[in-house]
Formats: sequence, C-alpha cells, structure tokens
Amino acid sequence: MACNSSGCESGCNGREKENGGKTEEVAVAGGVNQESVCVKCKCNEPMVFGDGGSEDGRFCADCFRNNVFGKFRLAVTSHAMITPSDNVLVAFSGGSSSRVALQFVHELQIKALKNYEASRDRSLPVFGVGVAFVDESAAYPSLSTGMVDAITWIRSTVADLSPPEKDLHVVPIESVFGSDSLEARDRFVKLLDSVSDETGKEDLLLHLRMLSLQKVASENGYNRLVLGSCTSRLASHVLTATVKGRGYSLSADIQHVDARWKVPIELPLRDCVWQEITRLCHLDSLKTVELARHPQSGINDLVSSFVALLQEENPSRECTIVRTAAKLTPFYFNKIPETDDSCVPLATQRRLKKFNLKYDGSMTTEAFCPICNGPLNRSDSSDLNTLDGCLETDDVLYAACCSSCRFQILPQDRSSLEHFGSLLPHHMISQAKHQKVNSQAYLRERIKDCLLLDNEEAV
Amino acid sequence: MEAGEAKSKKAGGPRLCCICNQRRPVLKRPKTLQQICRECFYEVFEEEIHQVIVVNRLFKSGERVAIGASGGKDSTVLAYVLSELNRRHSYGLDLFLLSIDEGITGYRDDSLETVKRNELQYGLPLQILSYKDLYGWTMDEIVKMIGLKNNCTFCGVFRRQALDRGAALLKVDKLVTGHNADDIAETVLLNILRGDIARLSRCTSITTGEDGPIPRCKPFKYTYEKEIVMYAYFKKLDYFSTECIYSPNAYRGFAREFIKDLERLRPRAILDIIKSGEDFRIATTTKMPEQGTCERCGYISSQKWCKACVLLEGLNRGLPKMGIGRARGGINGDHTRETKAGSKSIETKQCGSLDF
Ligand SMILES: [Zn+2]
Ligand SMILES: [Zn+2]
Ligand SMILES: [Zn+2]
Ligand SMILES: [Zn+2]
Ligand SMILES: [Zn+2]
Repeated sequence: MACNSSGCESGCNGREKENGGKTEEVAVAGGVNQESVCVKCKCNEPMVFGDGGSEDGRFCADCFRNNVFGKFRLAVTSHAMITPSDNVLVAFSGGSSSRVALQFVHELQIKALKNYEASRDRSLPVFGVGVAFVDESAAYPSLSTGMVDAITWIRSTVADLSPPEKDLHVVPIESVFGSDSLEARDRFVKLLDSVSDETGKEDLLLHLRMLSLQKVASENGYNRLVLGSCTSRLASHVLTATVKGRGYSLSADIQHVDARWKVPIELPLRDCVWQEITRLCHLDSLKTVELARHPQSGINDLVSSFVALLQEENPSRECTIVRTAAKLTPFYFNKIPETDDSCVPLATQRRLKKFNLKYDGSMTTEAFCPICNGPLNRSDSSDLNTLDGCLETDDVLYAACCSSCRFQILPQDRSSLEHFGSLLPHHMISQAKHQKVNSQAYLRERIKDCLLLDNEEAV
Repeated sequence: MEAGEAKSKKAGGPRLCCICNQRRPVLKRPKTLQQICRECFYEVFEEEIHQVIVVNRLFKSGERVAIGASGGKDSTVLAYVLSELNRRHSYGLDLFLLSIDEGITGYRDDSLETVKRNELQYGLPLQILSYKDLYGWTMDEIVKMIGLKNNCTFCGVFRRQALDRGAALLKVDKLVTGHNADDIAETVLLNILRGDIARLSRCTSITTGEDGPIPRCKPFKYTYEKEIVMYAYFKKLDYFSTECIYSPNAYRGFAREFIKDLERLRPRAILDIIKSGEDFRIATTTKMPEQGTCERCGYISSQKWCKACVLLEGLNRGLPKMGIGRARGGINGDHTRETKAGSKSIETKQCGSLDF
C-alpha cells in the first residue's frame, strides 16, 4: 500500500532508483497487493524485485530465500540425492540455474561439514563436491575469444566457494571423441556439419554435452551428477519433446532422478521456476556469465517463445505443464538405485519410502536410443527385432535409434549412414551394437531371483 | 532436413511430379513438401484415408453411418471422400449427412444451403435436426433470453451434444466427424497446458465412445488441414466458411498459431504431436475416469445432470444464468506488455468446431 503512493516511506525510494520506473508499473498493474510486511514472517519488510512477475513484494528476503532453498532441500532429501558418502559433480554452465544449484549444494556441504566437526564420533563423512564446465567453443568458433575470459571467471567463482575445496573440471565438448584433441575436434566438427536439420544439430550438441559430463564424472570418481534444470526449463522440454514425437520417453527426462546413465543425474531445482532463480541471483548477488549463443531458429526456440507467451498469459502455466508431464508414468530408472550402503541414514531411508512413486512394472523398457539415450517404445524398437542377424553398422544404427533422432539427426540418405556412424563417438556406436546384449542383461536383472545358475550359460 | 525440398531440385530439366514422374507438378504437398501433380495428390490423399479406415477397422459392412455435416470444409471434404471410398472399395456403408440447425438467423441458413447442395452433389441423403427438435429452444430464442454475453456457454455445450443426441434419435451405428490432424494436435497441446491427463490420454483415439451408445470416429485423424483445404480447392468442392457470429472474438488461439508456426518449420511436427499423444505413458487407471450418465437424458455425464440439462432447466425456469461458470476474460495480464496477451485465449475458438 505504502508503495502505491509517491511518498512511500518504507525505503522503496532507493530501490525505485535502481529499477527505474518498474516498481511503480507493477503496482499500477494490480498484480501486487503490496503489504508493508512479509506475508510469511509478518515482521520483515517485503522485497520488491520490480521484475513484473507474480508474487512480487510478498516475502522478505529471508523468507523468499528460505522458500527456494526449502524446495531444493526437499527434493534432495526426499529422493536421497546426496548422502554422506557421495561424491557430487555439479554441472555449471555459468548461467543462473546452475549457479543457484552450485550455491545450494555448497551450502549443504558447509552444513554437513559443521555437523561433522560438531559430532563426537565423526561417523558421517562429508560428501564431496566437484564442478564441471563444458567448453562448447568447438561448436561455436565465435565463442573462442569470450571462452578464455569465461573460464577464468568460472575458476575464480569456484575458488570462492571454498572451503570445502572443490575441484573444477573444464571439459572440451569434443573430448568424447578421444584424447587426441586435434583429431577429436576435427571429428566433432565433421559430425555436426553432417547434420542438416538445425534443431537436430542443437539436440545432438546437448546429447554430446551430456556424454562429456558423464565421461568426466565417471573418470574422476563422482557418483552423482547435479544439473540446474528448473521448472521453466522442463516446461519447454515437455513441449519440445511432444512436438518431436518423443512422448514415450518424455517422462524419463523430467523426474528428480534419472539413473539410466552410468552416473545418475539429479535435478534438485526441478520445482523452482526461472523467476525465483533470477530473483535469488539478484538478491544474493550471484554473478553469472552469458556466453552468446549463435542465433537459433529451430523448433526449440519456437517452443521457448511459445512458453514465454503462455507464461505472460498465466504466470503458473509453466508449473501446470510440468505437473501434467509429472502425471505420466516414470521409468524404473527414475530413482537412485538401491544400494547396501549402510551410510544412508535411517531417516533418509524412511523419507525415501514415503516419497517413492509407484512404478508400473509392466511399462518398463529395455532398449535405449544410442544417440539421445531415450528409452524406445516397442513400436519404435520393433525394427530392431526384424533385423536379427544383420550386423551392418549403418542398418543397426538406423534400427537402434528413436524415430526422432532418425528424422532430425541421422542423414536422410541411407547411403551416407555408414559414414555418419563412423563420426559418432565410440560410446554411441557401441551402444547401438550392444543394444540387444544390454536388454538381455536388463531382463536377466529383473528375473535373477528366480534363476538357478549365476551365469549366462543357463540360457 | 527441415524441408524435403532438396530431392526435387536434384533432378535437372523440366520438373515432373515426383510420384508419377509424368505430369507437371502443380502443388507442394503440405505434409511432405513433395511437388506433385493434381491427380497424384487426389490419389495419395484418398488412399491415406482409406488406409486409416482399413488399418483401424473403423467400419463394418452394413453399418448405418452419420457424417456430421456443418457445411464447413472439413465435413464437406469428409462427406465427399467417404462416399467416394464407400463406392470404390465397397465398404457397404449406409452413409448419410446429419446436420444440426441451431436456429441462428442468417448463420446456419447459408451453411445449411451448402449442405443441401452437397446432398444432391454427392448423392447422400440429408437429415437436419434443429435445436428446437433436440432441446426445445433455438439459439436465437436463447440469446433473446440471456443476452449476447453468455451465449457461448450454450453454444459450446449444446453443440457438443447435438450430434450425439441427433445420432441417437436417428438410430445410427456410428458417427463420423471431420476432426483433422491439426485439431487433434491442438487438443493434445491444450490438454498438456491445462493439466488434463484424463483427456490427454483419450484425445488421440481415432474412435471414442465405444462403450457408449454411439461410437464416434475421425477418419481425418492424420489428415492435414491444409491438405483438406487444398483438396476442396482443386476439386472445387462447395463449402461454407463457418464462423460463429455470436462469437466475434473467436480468434485463433495461441495453440493454433503455434501449430501453424511449427508446420512451417517442420511439416511433420503435427504428426509427431499426435504420435506423442498416442505414446504418452499414462497409467490405465487414469485412462478410464468414472463416467456416469445424466439422470435426465442419458447422455454421458460425470454429474447427476449433464451440463445441457442444467442449462435447459435454467432456461425453462426462466433462470438463464444457471449453470454458467465463471465469466471469461479479465485475465490478470500485465498492462505494460502488449495488450494482445490479455485479450487472447490459448484455445482456437471458444465455441468452435473443436467440440463439434
Ligand atoms: Zn519474511
Ligand atoms: Zn534418439
Ligand atoms: Zn503425378
Ligand atoms: Zn458461440
Ligand atoms: Zn442430460
């Protein structure tokens, strides 16, 4: 109320100077019912971000912060994302979401360290944290100059987050093609150039990025990979996946935990929206670096602007979209694999039980697309079975891919498939070849309690 | 490749239809961007629909099938193609056109005239049922009663039920509608945006209401709107462009515009959205929500009375506001942004063909 009048006395003047006229606009828009105290604690002065978003001016800085951190912590604890014996790798792009993820993981680690030092028997170790940055300048040569500065900035940001000390791994995206950096870069560029669809190229880059993160995580002894994906990001993903005909595999991508990878992926910011993330960065002066991407004109960009438009029409639209997708049945790998680790505290085990979703055993799949690692629908993978005995690399590759990758990433001309296959990282090709072996191993895993012999020979 | 154009460019010399390789191409097929001749277009267009009918076993020989006919392009092309395929492939169907006369002066008159001409042109019998027959009220009478403001509630609810009620009245085995691939893709998106998982699981079914009295099916499920327009254009089919005059704001919604943008970028996206809709992993328990029937009229309803009966009761008792939900508009938009955000809906039409 006070802020609606020009003579506001509650200290808004200073802020108004900072934000230009925005504070006033928001008040006039009627979107904010300005109270002079925080609606949560009813004592502190509420924060006005002046970003035109919803819920502006309702919470004080502390309550706002606690709320966002609370969502993060709930996600972490209820899915046993981080336990004392874990070694966690945080993927940091320099952007706001991953900056907040890094900050929150750091804060958890500090707390764990304090508890450790305060405890008498020191039985619970403090989990380790590392940071990975993927250098994509091989894909965008124009980035090269800015990249040096960006990496310097990232080094100092990570260094500032100690103690506890955190290793930083800067990984060139082409590293998945081998250790010879020149040859790897050459193959990477050739591979990207051979994808003619703009959206396919962008998506392939994302898949390669994930492969490099997986590689650096497993080579350096990490057992968890934390990504900063927030609700808004996932909302766009829900729609892009739908538009690309990836409805079947969609539910695998938007859960808190995705353990289809060697190192399970975790999304602790899944329940926070972009606006909260940016507000938090502003509030806590968390600096970010935006690397200028090349202009995008594909499906992904079209979807992003569509979501932005929807969000304008209804500020909770992103949440609704993700909530819809969350009602789809997740996959068996959408939880941290059970271990005998006695380090998992009893309380965590209990919480896990409480939050664990029910899995529909009949709906599990066993085959994954070698390029995007999406689980394959039976109708997609039926080709795989008809190709029994046929081991030509190109046919196997085509048959093993999901329909979306076939269309937007594989060459349309079947005769150039072999060449394309030769450019792919070894990891992807071997996955295509061993698709069937893997699925056999998975089936075996599911029935092992009923098998009398331990080895494959029983078959 | 976003567009499949490269193929046709490779061939040097005078360009030929890339299907028959004989005639000059006259159009770029919206679904595939192939450049083809008119004859081949008719051929692939009709054959695709025939395949959809055969593969999904939409009809059985001897069935009495009502084609929901509004006089608009979708149902006109549907009537034309179905009667053609019925003859050509001896489906053995007893086809007829079923039209609903809402009783809106000057609106249905023209479209009904179109349907009447179609009756002669395609040799299909026509049955017209009026709102008066079905509900005891015409739309004009309703508008007189309640004013222009809330009529779209009636429009939508009554229209949704009209065909089913009419089909039941005429004892048909099946009802077919002209919903096309664009409509279905739009519905998939809208159900995601609204969080309606139950509808999301049902909306891509080619046949619905199989457990009810009259199953409905959509032979155009995979047919692009653009191709339907193209077919009507080249065949010079006689259709009426319908817009509900009581809904001056029946503008194209966000979702529809988005789909059009997508189609420009990647024609196959429409089919991909439908594929996603079919493939979503939805637990079987979600798929079948409890669905009772209206105590008054027997139409499917989750409440004691169906929406139409509630509205009718209100009209008959002189309380027309009964059953009208929260008012539309007034979205709490940020006025500093472009105003279009506030005045647009995410849906195509508030009372449009989607629910027809
Ligand atoms: Zn507070
Ligand atoms: Zn794939
Ligand atoms: Zn031709
Ligand atoms: Zn209307
Ligand atoms: Zn009823």
